[in-house]
Amino acid sequence: MNNTIYLDNAATTRVKSEVWSAMQPYFEAQYANPASSYTSAGEINAEVERARQTIAAFLGAEAREIYFTGGGSESDNWAIKGVASALKAKGRHIITSKIEHHAVLRTCEYLEKNGCEVTYLDVDDKGFVDLEQLSAAIRPDTVLISIMFANNEIGTIEPVKEISAIAHAHGVLFHTDAVQAYGHVPINVNELGIDLLSVSGHKINGPKGIGFLYIRNGVRIDPLIHGGSQERGKRAGTTNVPGIIGLAKATELAAATMDARSEYERKLRDHLIERVEQEIPYVRLNGDRERRLPNNTSFCFRFIEGESLLLLLDQFGICGSSGSACTSGSLDPSHVLLAIGLPHEIAHGSLRLTLSEENTKEEIDCTVDRLKKIVERLRSMSPLYEDFKKKEARQ
Amino acid sequence: MSQVTEYSQKVMDHFMNPRNVGEIENASGVGTVGNAKCGDIMRMYLDIDEQGIVRDAKFKTFGCGAAVATSSMATELVRGKTVQEALGVTNRAVMEALDGLPKVKIHCSLLAEEAIHAALWDYAEKNHLTIDGLKPPVNDIDETEAFYEMEK
Repeated sequence: MNNTIYLDNAATTRVKSEVWSAMQPYFEAQYANPASSYTSAGEINAEVERARQTIAAFLGAEAREIYFTGGGSESDNWAIKGVASALKAKGRHIITSKIEHHAVLRTCEYLEKNGCEVTYLDVDDKGFVDLEQLSAAIRPDTVLISIMFANNEIGTIEPVKEISAIAHAHGVLFHTDAVQAYGHVPINVNELGIDLLSVSGHKINGPKGIGFLYIRNGVRIDPLIHGGSQERGKRAGTTNVPGIIGLAKATELAAATMDARSEYERKLRDHLIERVEQEIPYVRLNGDRERRLPNNTSFCFRFIEGESLLLLLDQFGICGSSGSACTSGSLDPSHVLLAIGLPHEIAHGSLRLTLSEENTKEEIDCTVDRLKKIVERLRSMSPLYEDFKKKEARQ
Repeated sequence: MSQVTEYSQKVMDHFMNPRNVGEIENASGVGTVGNAKCGDIMRMYLDIDEQGIVRDAKFKTFGCGAAVATSSMATELVRGKTVQEALGVTNRAVMEALDGLPKVKIHCSLLAEEAIHAALWDYAEKNHLTIDGLKPPVNDIDETEAFYEMEK
Protein backbone atom coordinates (compact mmCIF):
# COMPACT_ATOMS: atom_id res chain seq x y z
CA MET A 1 0.00 0.00 0.00
CA ASN A 2 2.64 2.49 -1.12
CA ASN A 3 1.66 6.09 -1.73
CA THR A 4 -1.66 5.60 -0.03
CA ILE A 5 -3.02 7.80 2.70
CA TYR A 6 -4.75 5.33 4.96
CA LEU A 7 -7.55 7.01 6.88
CA ASP A 8 -9.72 3.99 7.62
CA ASN A 9 -8.25 2.86 10.92
CA ALA A 10 -11.67 2.21 12.40
CA ALA A 11 -12.08 -0.49 9.73
CA THR A 12 -8.78 -2.14 10.48
CA THR A 13 -5.16 -1.34 11.23
CA ARG A 14 -1.75 -2.51 10.14
CA VAL A 15 -0.18 -5.29 12.19
CA LYS A 16 2.82 -3.67 13.83
CA SER A 17 6.19 -5.27 13.16
CA GLU A 18 6.69 -5.90 16.90
CA VAL A 19 3.36 -7.72 16.95
CA TRP A 20 4.22 -9.77 13.90
CA SER A 21 7.66 -10.68 15.33
CA ALA A 22 6.06 -11.80 18.58
CA MET A 23 3.57 -13.99 16.70
CA GLN A 24 5.89 -15.57 14.16
CA PRO A 25 7.50 -18.29 16.36
CA TYR A 26 4.06 -19.68 17.16
CA PHE A 27 3.39 -20.46 13.50
CA GLU A 28 6.58 -22.38 12.82
CA ALA A 29 8.73 -23.36 15.79
CA GLN A 30 6.25 -23.48 18.64
CA TYR A 31 3.21 -24.84 16.88
CA ALA A 32 2.17 -27.37 19.52
CA ASN A 33 -1.40 -27.40 20.75
CA PRO A 34 -1.28 -25.88 24.25
CA ALA A 35 -3.87 -28.42 25.37
CA SER A 36 -1.41 -31.27 24.74
CA SER A 37 0.55 -32.87 27.55
CA TYR A 38 4.20 -32.63 26.43
CA THR A 39 6.69 -30.07 27.69
CA SER A 40 6.64 -27.79 24.64
CA ALA A 41 2.85 -27.56 24.84
CA GLY A 42 3.09 -26.61 28.49
CA GLU A 43 5.50 -23.80 27.68
CA ILE A 44 3.18 -22.48 25.02
CA ASN A 45 0.27 -22.69 27.43
CA ALA A 46 2.24 -20.62 29.93
CA GLU A 47 2.74 -17.96 27.23
CA VAL A 48 -0.98 -17.91 26.50
CA GLU A 49 -1.67 -17.39 30.20
CA ARG A 50 0.90 -14.59 30.35
CA ALA A 51 -0.88 -12.96 27.42
CA ARG A 52 -4.18 -13.27 29.26
CA GLN A 53 -2.55 -11.61 32.27
CA THR A 54 -1.25 -8.69 30.18
CA ILE A 55 -4.70 -8.02 28.79
CA ALA A 56 -6.43 -8.39 32.15
CA ALA A 57 -4.01 -5.95 33.78
CA PHE A 58 -4.72 -3.35 31.10
CA LEU A 59 -8.42 -3.44 31.98
CA GLY A 60 -8.01 -3.80 35.73
CA ALA A 61 -9.49 -7.27 35.45
CA GLU A 62 -8.39 -10.72 36.57
CA ALA A 63 -6.81 -13.08 34.05
CA ARG A 64 -9.55 -15.65 34.54
CA GLU A 65 -12.12 -13.07 33.41
CA ILE A 66 -10.62 -12.87 29.90
CA TYR A 67 -11.97 -15.38 27.35
CA PHE A 68 -10.37 -15.42 23.91
CA THR A 69 -12.70 -15.50 20.91
CA GLY A 70 -12.53 -15.19 17.15
CA GLY A 71 -13.07 -11.43 17.25
CA GLY A 72 -15.47 -8.62 18.07
CA SER A 73 -18.53 -10.07 16.36
CA GLU A 74 -18.18 -13.39 18.15
CA SER A 75 -17.71 -11.62 21.47
CA ASP A 76 -20.88 -9.57 20.93
CA ASN A 77 -22.85 -12.62 19.84
CA TRP A 78 -21.64 -14.62 22.79
CA ALA A 79 -22.27 -11.92 25.40
CA ILE A 80 -25.85 -11.36 24.30
CA LYS A 81 -26.93 -14.88 23.34
CA GLY A 82 -25.00 -16.41 26.24
CA VAL A 83 -26.56 -14.20 28.91
CA ALA A 84 -30.04 -14.41 27.34
CA SER A 85 -29.77 -18.18 27.43
CA ALA A 86 -28.33 -18.48 30.95
CA LEU A 87 -30.85 -16.07 32.45
CA LYS A 88 -33.96 -17.10 30.54
CA ALA A 89 -35.65 -18.19 33.76
CA LYS A 90 -35.28 -14.64 35.08
CA GLY A 91 -36.55 -12.92 31.97
CA ARG A 92 -36.27 -12.42 28.26
CA HIS A 93 -35.95 -8.68 27.88
CA ILE A 94 -32.82 -6.96 26.54
CA ILE A 95 -32.09 -3.26 26.16
CA THR A 96 -29.71 -1.89 23.54
CA SER A 97 -29.43 1.23 21.40
CA LYS A 98 -30.26 2.08 17.80
CA ILE A 99 -26.63 2.90 16.97
CA GLU A 100 -24.99 -0.39 17.93
CA HIS A 101 -22.73 -2.29 15.57
CA HIS A 102 -24.58 -4.86 13.46
CA ALA A 103 -22.94 -7.63 15.51
CA VAL A 104 -25.15 -6.46 18.39
CA LEU A 105 -28.22 -5.37 16.42
CA ARG A 106 -28.51 -8.50 14.27
CA THR A 107 -27.95 -10.69 17.33
CA CYS A 108 -30.79 -8.91 19.12
CA GLU A 109 -33.03 -9.27 16.06
CA TYR A 110 -32.22 -12.98 16.00
CA LEU A 111 -33.17 -13.30 19.67
CA GLU A 112 -36.43 -11.45 18.99
CA LYS A 113 -37.33 -14.23 16.58
CA ASN A 114 -36.63 -16.68 19.37
CA GLY A 115 -38.79 -15.39 22.17
CA CYS A 116 -36.84 -12.40 23.50
CA GLU A 117 -38.08 -8.85 23.62
CA VAL A 118 -35.65 -6.06 22.80
CA THR A 119 -35.88 -2.32 23.45
CA TYR A 120 -33.80 -0.20 21.08
CA LEU A 121 -33.02 3.10 22.78
CA ASP A 122 -32.98 6.35 20.84
CA VAL A 123 -29.93 8.57 20.80
CA ASP A 124 -29.75 12.37 20.61
CA ASP A 125 -28.33 14.35 17.70
CA LYS A 126 -24.76 13.70 18.91
CA GLY A 127 -25.35 9.98 19.37
CA PHE A 128 -25.69 9.86 23.15
CA VAL A 129 -28.06 7.36 24.71
CA ASP A 130 -30.86 8.95 26.69
CA LEU A 131 -30.30 7.86 30.32
CA GLU A 132 -33.86 8.64 31.39
CA GLN A 133 -35.23 6.57 28.57
CA LEU A 134 -32.86 3.81 29.66
CA SER A 135 -34.13 3.85 33.27
CA ALA A 136 -37.71 3.87 32.07
CA ALA A 137 -37.09 0.93 29.74
CA ILE A 138 -35.89 -1.42 32.50
CA ARG A 139 -38.46 -4.06 33.46
CA PRO A 140 -38.50 -6.83 36.05
CA ASP A 141 -37.66 -9.28 33.27
CA THR A 142 -34.75 -7.28 31.84
CA VAL A 143 -31.62 -9.44 31.85
CA LEU A 144 -29.08 -7.40 29.90
CA ILE A 145 -28.27 -3.88 28.82
CA SER A 146 -25.86 -3.73 25.88
CA ILE A 147 -24.59 -0.27 24.93
CA MET A 148 -21.42 0.32 22.94
CA PHE A 149 -18.46 2.08 24.55
CA ALA A 150 -17.80 4.27 21.51
CA ASN A 151 -19.57 4.38 18.18
CA ASN A 152 -17.70 3.07 15.15
CA GLU A 153 -19.10 5.60 12.69
CA ILE A 154 -19.40 8.90 14.51
CA GLY A 155 -16.95 8.26 17.36
CA THR A 156 -19.29 9.29 20.16
CA ILE A 157 -18.19 7.93 23.56
CA GLU A 158 -21.22 6.83 25.56
CA PRO A 159 -21.63 7.61 29.29
CA VAL A 160 -20.66 4.07 30.22
CA LYS A 161 -20.28 4.66 33.96
CA GLU A 162 -23.73 6.22 34.25
CA ILE A 163 -25.25 3.42 32.18
CA SER A 164 -23.71 0.68 34.34
CA ALA A 165 -24.87 2.46 37.51
CA ILE A 166 -28.44 2.47 36.22
CA ALA A 167 -28.16 -1.18 35.18
CA HIS A 168 -26.82 -2.29 38.55
CA ALA A 169 -29.34 -0.25 40.53
CA HIS A 170 -31.93 -2.49 38.88
CA GLY A 171 -29.90 -5.69 39.19
CA VAL A 172 -29.32 -5.89 35.43
CA LEU A 173 -26.06 -6.97 33.76
CA PHE A 174 -24.22 -4.50 31.54
CA HIS A 175 -22.38 -5.46 28.35
CA THR A 176 -20.41 -3.01 26.23
CA ASP A 177 -18.99 -3.42 22.74
CA ALA A 178 -15.60 -1.74 23.23
CA VAL A 179 -14.15 -2.74 19.86
CA GLN A 180 -13.49 0.89 18.85
CA ALA A 181 -12.53 2.12 22.31
CA TYR A 182 -10.09 -0.52 23.54
CA GLY A 183 -6.54 0.80 23.43
CA HIS A 184 -7.76 4.26 22.45
CA VAL A 185 -9.37 5.50 25.66
CA PRO A 186 -8.74 4.35 29.25
CA ILE A 187 -11.00 1.49 30.35
CA ASN A 188 -11.11 0.03 33.86
CA VAL A 189 -13.87 -2.54 34.13
CA ASN A 190 -14.22 -2.10 37.89
CA GLU A 191 -14.29 1.68 37.95
CA LEU A 192 -16.78 1.71 35.08
CA GLY A 193 -18.89 -1.18 36.40
CA ILE A 194 -18.68 -3.28 33.25
CA ASP A 195 -19.88 -6.90 33.46
CA LEU A 196 -19.09 -7.98 29.91
CA LEU A 197 -16.87 -6.27 27.34
CA SER A 198 -16.12 -7.16 23.71
CA VAL A 199 -12.77 -6.49 22.06
CA SER A 200 -11.23 -7.19 18.67
CA GLY A 201 -7.49 -7.45 18.01
CA HIS A 202 -7.19 -5.90 14.56
CA LYS A 203 -8.37 -2.42 15.57
CA ILE A 204 -5.24 -1.87 17.66
CA ASN A 205 -2.51 -3.05 15.27
CA GLY A 206 -3.08 -6.66 16.25
CA PRO A 207 -4.04 -9.54 13.97
CA LYS A 208 -7.48 -10.25 12.54
CA GLY A 209 -9.46 -13.25 13.75
CA ILE A 210 -8.70 -12.79 17.44
CA GLY A 211 -10.56 -10.97 20.16
CA PHE A 212 -11.88 -11.59 23.62
CA LEU A 213 -14.86 -11.26 25.85
CA TYR A 214 -14.29 -9.99 29.37
CA ILE A 215 -16.76 -11.73 31.68
CA ARG A 216 -16.88 -10.54 35.28
CA ASN A 217 -16.49 -13.35 37.83
CA GLY A 218 -19.86 -14.70 38.82
CA VAL A 219 -21.71 -13.60 35.67
CA ARG A 220 -23.79 -16.49 34.38
CA ILE A 221 -23.33 -17.12 30.68
CA ASP A 222 -23.85 -20.13 28.43
CA PRO A 223 -21.22 -21.01 25.81
CA LEU A 224 -21.77 -20.03 22.20
CA ILE A 225 -19.23 -22.46 20.74
CA HIS A 226 -19.57 -25.98 22.18
CA GLY A 227 -16.84 -28.58 22.00
CA GLY A 228 -13.54 -28.99 23.82
CA SER A 229 -12.77 -27.60 27.25
CA GLN A 230 -10.65 -24.63 26.11
CA GLU A 231 -11.15 -21.28 27.85
CA ARG A 232 -12.26 -23.02 31.04
CA GLY A 233 -14.99 -24.87 29.22
CA LYS A 234 -16.69 -21.69 28.05
CA ARG A 235 -15.35 -21.35 24.50
CA ALA A 236 -14.37 -24.44 22.55
CA GLY A 237 -11.88 -24.49 19.68
CA THR A 238 -8.14 -25.05 19.46
CA THR A 239 -6.39 -22.12 21.08
CA ASN A 240 -5.35 -19.49 18.51
CA VAL A 241 -1.86 -19.13 19.98
CA PRO A 242 -0.29 -16.74 17.45
CA GLY A 243 -3.44 -14.60 17.55
CA ILE A 244 -3.44 -14.43 21.33
CA ILE A 245 0.26 -13.61 21.51
CA GLY A 246 -0.26 -10.92 18.87
CA LEU A 247 -3.27 -9.45 20.67
CA ALA A 248 -1.34 -9.29 23.95
CA LYS A 249 1.63 -7.63 22.24
CA ALA A 250 -0.66 -5.11 20.56
CA THR A 251 -2.31 -4.43 23.92
CA GLU A 252 1.07 -3.94 25.58
CA LEU A 253 2.09 -1.41 22.89
CA ALA A 254 -1.28 0.33 23.00
CA ALA A 255 -1.10 0.62 26.78
CA ALA A 256 2.40 2.07 26.69
CA THR A 257 1.62 4.66 24.02
CA MET A 258 -2.02 5.49 24.72
CA ASP A 259 -1.62 8.93 26.30
CA ALA A 260 0.88 10.36 23.83
CA ARG A 261 -0.76 8.66 20.86
CA SER A 262 -4.24 9.92 21.72
CA GLU A 263 -2.88 13.39 22.23
CA TYR A 264 -1.21 13.31 18.81
CA GLU A 265 -4.28 11.86 17.08
CA ARG A 266 -6.57 14.36 18.76
CA LYS A 267 -4.49 17.26 17.44
CA LEU A 268 -4.46 15.77 13.96
CA ARG A 269 -8.19 15.08 14.17
CA ASP A 270 -9.01 18.61 15.25
CA HIS A 271 -6.81 20.03 12.52
CA LEU A 272 -8.68 17.95 9.95
CA ILE A 273 -12.06 19.00 11.33
CA GLU A 274 -11.05 22.65 11.45
CA ARG A 275 -9.81 22.75 7.89
CA VAL A 276 -12.82 20.87 6.49
CA GLU A 277 -15.27 23.10 8.32
CA GLN A 278 -13.48 26.28 7.30
CA GLU A 279 -12.77 25.43 3.70
CA ILE A 280 -15.70 23.37 2.51
CA PRO A 281 -19.19 24.86 2.63
CA TYR A 282 -22.36 22.94 3.49
CA VAL A 283 -20.63 20.35 5.62
CA ARG A 284 -21.52 19.02 9.06
CA LEU A 285 -19.48 17.14 11.62
CA ASN A 286 -21.31 14.10 12.94
CA GLY A 287 -20.99 13.19 16.61
CA ASP A 288 -19.82 15.17 19.61
CA ARG A 289 -16.82 17.50 19.49
CA GLU A 290 -15.46 16.64 22.93
CA ARG A 291 -16.62 13.20 23.89
CA ARG A 292 -15.44 11.48 20.73
CA LEU A 293 -12.73 8.95 19.90
CA PRO A 294 -9.34 10.65 19.42
CA ASN A 295 -8.98 9.24 15.91
CA ASN A 296 -12.49 9.64 14.53
CA THR A 297 -13.88 12.20 12.11
CA SER A 298 -17.24 11.84 10.41
CA PHE A 299 -18.69 14.40 8.03
CA CYS A 300 -21.72 14.81 5.83
CA PHE A 301 -21.24 16.82 2.67
CA ARG A 302 -24.54 18.13 1.41
CA PHE A 303 -25.69 17.56 -2.20
CA ILE A 304 -23.27 14.72 -2.91
CA GLU A 305 -23.18 10.97 -2.41
CA GLY A 306 -20.63 9.06 -0.37
CA GLU A 307 -19.60 6.32 -2.76
CA SER A 308 -18.70 8.81 -5.49
CA LEU A 309 -16.64 10.65 -2.94
CA LEU A 310 -14.83 7.47 -1.90
CA LEU A 311 -14.16 6.42 -5.50
CA LEU A 312 -12.58 9.76 -6.30
CA LEU A 313 -10.54 9.81 -3.09
CA ASP A 314 -9.40 6.30 -3.96
CA GLN A 315 -8.06 7.58 -7.28
CA PHE A 316 -5.64 9.66 -5.23
CA GLY A 317 -4.81 6.75 -2.95
CA ILE A 318 -6.83 8.11 -0.04
CA CYS A 319 -8.70 5.40 1.87
CA GLY A 320 -11.80 6.36 3.83
CA SER A 321 -15.27 4.98 4.34
CA SER A 322 -18.86 6.11 4.07
CA GLY A 323 -22.22 5.28 5.55
CA SER A 324 -24.01 5.84 2.26
CA ALA A 325 -26.45 3.21 1.09
CA CYS A 326 -24.15 2.22 -1.74
CA THR A 327 -21.40 1.35 0.68
CA SER A 328 -23.63 -0.20 3.32
CA GLY A 329 -24.85 -2.80 0.85
CA SER A 330 -28.50 -1.83 1.22
CA LEU A 331 -30.80 0.87 -0.06
CA ASP A 332 -30.72 2.71 3.25
CA PRO A 333 -27.83 4.80 4.45
CA SER A 334 -26.17 4.07 7.79
CA HIS A 335 -28.56 3.32 10.65
CA VAL A 336 -26.33 5.42 12.91
CA LEU A 337 -26.68 8.56 10.81
CA LEU A 338 -30.44 8.06 10.56
CA ALA A 339 -30.64 7.49 14.34
CA ILE A 340 -28.98 10.85 15.06
CA GLY A 341 -31.76 12.43 13.03
CA LEU A 342 -30.17 13.08 9.65
CA PRO A 343 -32.46 13.00 6.61
CA HIS A 344 -31.60 10.25 4.11
CA GLU A 345 -30.27 12.69 1.57
CA ILE A 346 -27.72 14.13 4.02
CA ALA A 347 -26.78 10.72 5.39
CA HIS A 348 -25.94 9.56 1.85
CA GLY A 349 -23.19 12.16 1.70
CA SER A 350 -21.21 10.88 4.64
CA LEU A 351 -17.47 10.36 4.88
CA ARG A 352 -15.62 8.79 7.80
CA LEU A 353 -11.88 9.39 8.08
CA THR A 354 -10.24 7.60 10.99
CA LEU A 355 -6.63 8.37 11.83
CA SER A 356 -3.70 6.58 13.36
CA GLU A 357 -0.46 7.71 14.96
CA GLU A 358 1.22 6.92 11.64
CA ASN A 359 -0.64 9.65 9.79
CA THR A 360 1.12 12.97 9.37
CA LYS A 361 -0.10 16.55 9.17
CA GLU A 362 1.08 16.59 5.54
CA GLU A 363 -1.18 13.64 4.77
CA ILE A 364 -4.13 15.37 6.40
CA ASP A 365 -3.45 18.59 4.50
CA CYS A 366 -3.12 16.70 1.24
CA THR A 367 -6.41 14.91 1.97
CA VAL A 368 -8.27 18.14 2.66
CA ASP A 369 -6.84 19.73 -0.51
CA ARG A 370 -8.06 16.79 -2.59
CA LEU A 371 -11.35 16.62 -0.76
CA LYS A 372 -12.11 20.27 -1.49
CA LYS A 373 -11.70 19.73 -5.21
CA ILE A 374 -13.62 16.46 -5.21
CA VAL A 375 -16.57 17.91 -3.31
CA GLU A 376 -16.60 20.89 -5.66
CA ARG A 377 -16.53 18.61 -8.69
CA LEU A 378 -19.34 16.36 -7.44
CA ARG A 379 -21.45 19.36 -6.51
CA SER A 380 -21.01 20.80 -10.00
CA MET A 381 -22.60 17.55 -11.24
CA SER A 382 -25.37 17.48 -8.63
CA PRO A 383 -28.96 18.39 -9.51
CA LEU A 384 -29.58 19.00 -5.81
CA TYR A 385 -26.84 21.62 -5.71
CA GLU A 386 -28.17 23.19 -8.89
CA ASP A 387 -31.63 23.51 -7.35
CA PHE A 388 -30.18 24.86 -4.12
CA LYS A 389 -28.13 27.50 -5.91
CA LYS A 390 -31.04 28.55 -8.11
CA LYS A 391 -33.27 28.86 -5.09
CA GLU A 392 -30.62 30.88 -3.29
CA ALA A 393 -30.29 33.22 -6.28
CA ARG A 394 -34.03 33.82 -6.29
CA GLN A 395 -34.05 34.83 -2.64
CA MET B 1 -17.69 -2.34 0.63
CA SER B 2 -15.88 -0.59 -2.15
CA GLN B 3 -17.26 -1.13 -5.62
CA VAL B 4 -14.02 -0.28 -7.37
CA THR B 5 -13.08 -3.88 -7.95
CA GLU B 6 -16.58 -4.72 -9.16
CA TYR B 7 -16.99 -1.92 -11.69
CA SER B 8 -15.99 -2.56 -15.29
CA GLN B 9 -13.32 -0.36 -16.83
CA LYS B 10 -16.01 1.34 -18.89
CA VAL B 11 -18.04 2.19 -15.80
CA MET B 12 -14.96 3.63 -14.12
CA ASP B 13 -14.12 5.58 -17.28
CA HIS B 14 -17.61 7.09 -17.49
CA PHE B 15 -17.51 7.83 -13.76
CA MET B 16 -14.06 9.41 -13.82
CA ASN B 17 -14.59 11.22 -17.13
CA PRO B 18 -18.34 11.66 -17.43
CA ARG B 19 -19.56 12.73 -20.89
CA ASN B 20 -22.03 15.56 -21.27
CA VAL B 21 -22.21 16.82 -17.71
CA GLY B 22 -24.09 20.07 -17.33
CA GLU B 23 -27.26 21.88 -18.23
CA ILE B 24 -28.87 22.95 -21.50
CA GLU B 25 -30.48 26.36 -21.35
CA ASN B 26 -34.00 26.40 -22.71
CA ALA B 27 -33.83 22.66 -23.24
CA SER B 28 -36.54 21.00 -25.31
CA GLY B 29 -37.13 18.59 -22.45
CA VAL B 30 -35.87 18.18 -18.89
CA GLY B 31 -36.57 15.18 -16.71
CA THR B 32 -35.62 14.51 -13.08
CA VAL B 33 -36.03 11.04 -11.61
CA GLY B 34 -35.10 9.06 -8.55
CA ASN B 35 -35.21 10.13 -4.95
CA ALA B 36 -32.70 11.33 -2.44
CA LYS B 37 -33.94 8.79 0.07
CA CYS B 38 -32.42 5.99 -1.98
CA GLY B 39 -29.42 8.12 -2.82
CA ASP B 40 -29.83 8.60 -6.56
CA ILE B 41 -31.24 11.55 -8.48
CA MET B 42 -30.73 12.02 -12.21
CA ARG B 43 -31.65 15.02 -14.27
CA MET B 44 -31.48 14.83 -18.04
CA TYR B 45 -31.64 17.74 -20.48
CA LEU B 46 -32.47 17.13 -24.15
CA ASP B 47 -32.14 19.49 -27.08
CA ILE B 48 -34.44 18.21 -29.81
CA ASP B 49 -34.69 19.89 -33.23
CA GLU B 50 -37.74 20.34 -35.51
CA GLN B 51 -37.11 17.00 -37.17
CA GLY B 52 -37.38 15.32 -33.79
CA ILE B 53 -33.70 14.48 -33.60
CA VAL B 54 -31.88 14.67 -30.25
CA ARG B 55 -29.16 17.20 -31.06
CA ASP B 56 -27.69 17.34 -27.58
CA ALA B 57 -28.12 15.66 -24.22
CA LYS B 58 -26.68 16.69 -20.87
CA PHE B 59 -27.09 15.44 -17.33
CA LYS B 60 -26.60 16.13 -13.68
CA THR B 61 -26.60 13.30 -11.17
CA PHE B 62 -26.53 12.93 -7.41
CA GLY B 63 -25.51 9.36 -6.75
CA CYS B 64 -22.91 6.65 -6.68
CA GLY B 65 -20.32 5.77 -9.31
CA ALA B 66 -22.76 3.62 -11.26
CA ALA B 67 -25.40 6.36 -11.22
CA VAL B 68 -22.96 8.82 -12.75
CA ALA B 69 -21.70 6.29 -15.31
CA THR B 70 -25.19 5.22 -16.43
CA SER B 71 -26.28 8.86 -16.79
CA SER B 72 -23.18 9.60 -18.84
CA MET B 73 -23.74 6.57 -21.08
CA ALA B 74 -27.45 7.33 -21.46
CA THR B 75 -26.68 10.81 -22.81
CA GLU B 76 -24.21 9.29 -25.24
CA LEU B 77 -26.75 6.74 -26.46
CA VAL B 78 -29.58 9.20 -27.13
CA ARG B 79 -27.53 11.82 -28.95
CA GLY B 80 -28.27 11.89 -32.68
CA LYS B 81 -31.26 9.59 -32.30
CA THR B 82 -34.87 10.31 -33.20
CA VAL B 83 -37.28 10.74 -30.33
CA GLN B 84 -38.73 7.32 -31.04
CA GLU B 85 -35.26 5.75 -31.10
CA ALA B 86 -34.30 7.54 -27.88
CA LEU B 87 -37.38 6.07 -26.23
CA GLY B 88 -36.03 2.68 -27.20
CA VAL B 89 -32.79 3.16 -25.22
CA THR B 90 -33.43 0.68 -22.45
CA ASN B 91 -31.66 0.08 -19.19
CA ARG B 92 -30.28 -3.10 -20.75
CA ALA B 93 -28.77 -1.08 -23.60
CA VAL B 94 -27.13 1.29 -21.11
CA MET B 95 -25.83 -1.60 -19.07
CA GLU B 96 -24.46 -3.47 -22.08
CA ALA B 97 -22.74 -0.35 -23.35
CA LEU B 98 -20.98 -0.15 -19.98
CA ASP B 99 -19.90 -3.82 -20.10
CA GLY B 100 -22.28 -4.65 -17.28
CA LEU B 101 -22.95 -3.44 -13.74
CA PRO B 102 -22.64 -5.10 -10.34
CA LYS B 103 -25.96 -6.69 -9.40
CA VAL B 104 -26.72 -4.18 -6.65
CA LYS B 105 -26.30 -1.34 -9.14
CA ILE B 106 -28.74 -2.49 -11.80
CA HIS B 107 -31.34 -0.02 -10.47
CA CYS B 108 -29.02 2.79 -11.62
CA SER B 109 -29.47 1.73 -15.23
CA LEU B 110 -33.24 1.70 -14.73
CA LEU B 111 -33.00 5.21 -13.41
CA ALA B 112 -31.08 6.26 -16.53
CA GLU B 113 -33.85 4.85 -18.72
CA GLU B 114 -36.44 6.67 -16.63
CA ALA B 115 -34.46 9.92 -16.91
CA ILE B 116 -34.59 9.69 -20.72
CA HIS B 117 -38.33 8.99 -20.57
CA ALA B 118 -38.95 11.88 -18.18
CA ALA B 119 -37.08 14.32 -20.42
CA LEU B 120 -38.98 13.05 -23.46
CA TRP B 121 -42.26 13.38 -21.58
CA ASP B 122 -41.44 17.01 -20.77
CA TYR B 123 -40.61 17.61 -24.44
CA ALA B 124 -43.90 16.00 -25.54
CA GLU B 125 -45.88 18.05 -23.02
CA LYS B 126 -44.27 21.32 -24.09
CA ASN B 127 -44.97 20.58 -27.73
CA HIS B 128 -48.36 18.95 -27.28
CA LEU B 129 -47.12 15.73 -28.83
CA THR B 130 -47.97 12.15 -28.12
CA ILE B 131 -45.06 9.73 -28.19
CA ASP B 132 -46.11 6.11 -28.56
CA GLY B 133 -45.29 4.01 -25.55
CA LEU B 134 -44.25 6.93 -23.29
CA LYS B 135 -45.63 7.00 -19.75
CA PRO B 136 -45.61 9.94 -17.35
CA PRO B 137 -42.52 9.99 -15.11
CA VAL B 138 -42.54 9.38 -11.42
CA ASN B 139 -40.33 11.52 -9.29
CA ASP B 140 -40.06 11.79 -5.59
CA ILE B 141 -37.43 14.22 -4.44
CA ASP B 142 -37.11 14.55 -0.73
CA GLU B 143 -37.03 17.92 0.87
CA THR B 144 -34.35 18.42 3.48
CA GLU B 145 -35.21 22.04 4.09
CA ALA B 146 -37.15 21.17 7.24
CA PHE B 147 -34.07 19.57 8.75
CA TYR B 148 -31.94 22.66 8.22
CA GLU B 149 -34.70 24.92 9.49
CA MET B 150 -34.74 22.81 12.65
CA GLU B 151 -30.96 23.07 13.07
CA LYS B 152 -30.90 26.89 12.95
